[in-house]
Amino acid sequence: MKKTVFAGFGGQGVLMMGYVFAVAAMRDGREVTYLPAYGAEMRGGTANCTVVVSDEEIFSPVSSSPDFAVIMNKPSLVKYEGVMNGGGTIFLNSNHVSRELTRDDLTSIRIPAVEIAKELGSERVVNMIMLGAFAAHTRMTSLDSIMNGLSEIVKDTKASIMKLNRRGLDRGAEYILKGDSR
Amino acid sequence: MDKKLLMRGSQVIGEAAIRAGCRFYAGYPITPQNEIPEFMSGAMADLEGGTFIQAESEIAAINMVIGASMAGARAMTSSSSPGISLKQEGISFLAALELPAVIVNVMRGGPGLGNIAPSQGDYFQATRGGGHGDYRSIVLAPAHGQELADLTRKAFEYADRYRTPVMILADGMMGQMMEPVVFPDPINLDELPPKPWVLDGAQGRPSRIIKSLILDTVEMEEHNWKLDRKYKIISGEIPHAETYMTEDAKLVVVAYGTAARIARGGIKRAREMGLKVGLLRPVTLWPFPDRAIREMSRLVKDFMVFEMNTGQMIDDVRLSLEGRSNVHFYGRPGGIVSTPDEIGKAISSLYYRQHLKED
Amino acid sequence: MEELVFTRPRYIKKAPFHYCPGCGHSIIHRLVAEVIEELGIGEKTIGVPPAGCAVLAYDYFDVDMGEAPHGRGPALATGIKRILPDRIVFSYQGDGDIAAIGTSETIHTANRGENITVIFVNNNCYGMTGGQMAPTTLLGQNSTTTPGGRDENRDGPPIDLSEMLALVRGTVYIERTAVNSIRNIRNTKKAITKAFKAQIAGLGFSLVEILSPCPTNWKMSSTDSCRWIDESVMQTFPLKVIKDEIG
Repeated sequence: MKKTVFAGFGGQGVLMMGYVFAVAAMRDGREVTYLPAYGAEMRGGTANCTVVVSDEEIFSPVSSSPDFAVIMNKPSLVKYEGVMNGGGTIFLNSNHVSRELTRDDLTSIRIPAVEIAKELGSERVVNMIMLGAFAAHTRMTSLDSIMNGLSEIVKDTKASIMKLNRRGLDRGAEYILKGDSR
Repeated sequence: MDKKLLMRGSQVIGEAAIRAGCRFYAGYPITPQNEIPEFMSGAMADLEGGTFIQAESEIAAINMVIGASMAGARAMTSSSSPGISLKQEGISFLAALELPAVIVNVMRGGPGLGNIAPSQGDYFQATRGGGHGDYRSIVLAPAHGQELADLTRKAFEYADRYRTPVMILADGMMGQMMEPVVFPDPINLDELPPKPWVLDGAQGRPSRIIKSLILDTVEMEEHNWKLDRKYKIISGEIPHAETYMTEDAKLVVVAYGTAARIARGGIKRAREMGLKVGLLRPVTLWPFPDRAIREMSRLVKDFMVFEMNTGQMIDDVRLSLEGRSNVHFYGRPGGIVSTPDEIGKAISSLYYRQHLKED
Repeated sequence: MEELVFTRPRYIKKAPFHYCPGCGHSIIHRLVAEVIEELGIGEKTIGVPPAGCAVLAYDYFDVDMGEAPHGRGPALATGIKRILPDRIVFSYQGDGDIAAIGTSETIHTANRGENITVIFVNNNCYGMTGGQMAPTTLLGQNSTTTPGGRDENRDGPPIDLSEMLALVRGTVYIERTAVNSIRNIRNTKKAITKAFKAQIAGLGFSLVEILSPCPTNWKMSSTDSCRWIDESVMQTFPLKVIKDEIG
């Protein structure tokens, strides 16, 4: 069982990342839960959600000690670094979070997602780049599953946008596989 | 693609209600269940003969439901704890008037405004009637996404069958969380049994009255006994509890809803430590599955009630056991969701304290 | 040869009214039943009686009747009407019901333009509970909770609910009438007819406010009560068509 937190500012596609990942994992045949922050916690512009993926029954959907975190801004790093499971991995959007981790039992993977997105011509794919990197590293689901999940969620989206999303995922994954992030 | 959908709990309730033939929904926004009225507004608009009303208050909403039910519709309202308090007058009337209706309570921390985190603080209110007068409401306690769908279907069936309000007692976590769910096929409204009591204009038949004012004490007493007979029938027919790893258990955790789900995790950890622990999960909170618990007491001498409150269902567990076994309590009020580890520790600590390891 | 000149309306049951001598409810019940009969809607009308003296209206009206909690009539009527839009739905409410405990339901039902008819019986007091101050009790009027008379500084002034409802966009017809004279009774029936016709035509929310005597709680004779409506009540609540968008 693996718990992942996705966190950042509202508008960065944080909830979408978690949602797409959860649908992908469900279609892969895994047990999943997706728990978003809600109500007052969402006011003030921050957003986060927790996705649990498991081969067995999931007892708690709550992110008491996540194994992974996809962090899109600095406040989220402050919020989640302390509660991470020992040995966990944090994926950082390095264009927005520059500081190093303070815990040495965690691994950080830094992805210049905004930079890559600019190369692709749209900052809207920052979340897909992060998700591609996350998937490539954790191997919890495949890029194809993510694309299928995305098509299931955003049914009537233009083909060009879906293509862009795919390129985002690919570039995020490539960044990990080429080893640029270490 | 299989039929499984990843869906938010609140929306699962809405979709399941529509598939159960709900054609009238009235509600008022309150966190953490706003997705129910939001979902219903769209779903009813897409449905022929469907009505959604954003009411001016919780009180108006429940009374609209009374009217829709009088007119023969499968009707529902939903809210969260403070809003459910406001609906109590209407729920008492539904019980008195013997009208079917489904009320969803997505519980949050309380009393007062409390918070919007998941809680089980409304157990007493739900199971003791909540409003004034000598009545009960059927209370169903789902524990996961699939059960939100299944019990919503059941809620409408029970409401019609017994002509009584049925409450679905969920909580903020269930309302917000997405889980895979497979929906049952929609029912065919035409196949439902006729309701020979509805108010639809006295065409070719004598006029009907649906009322609760019974000034004559003898008649009122008879009405109370009539309701009581119905409640006894319900208590005989629908109590339901689920068990988990209880076959050889020396300690049984009793928990419902989200607490039960967390407890399963705690029990699994305790089992890994070699402790013989099981779970009894009431699915109907009223009628309470007292017989299931009582029967278990022949083999189990220690029960641990775990609730997300300071101790409410524990009263029903004690009443069920009538002193036959020890009843212990572990509670986390205020919107705290325990981790399975925490419950595992609470279980093992109790296990050793009661010297169950040595037996 | 004998000619039948007066009989029980078709939609009033054979039951003796429990209302006090001189009470306006009996007259108003009769008028509503006559209108239902004349409009030929008796087999598709559903009435919603209030809490208060007229709660027993279901024992008198021979149409389908569904009881509402105190003040909630309009909300309940909304539920019925939305499920059965081709039926005729009316709520029957007193002044405390409609203008105090049920103000919210009343205003919002009117604002949504629910296609129902409200019979609002204003007798300036809480009748059933024994003559306490109502939202419509006149300034200076004695009640069991305003000894020495209603005082504006202490109790607030009487509330003009019908005028308030006229401001709401969903209302199409609002008239204030009385049943304290033959002439006013005739006008009241015309108003009730117009209100039901508005609903039949699907135009929206209609309401008739009817000033009605309560000799028991006013502690007056029946004739004095009728005179008091003319001389005092109408000073605060003048008879008039408050809103008419029917034409």
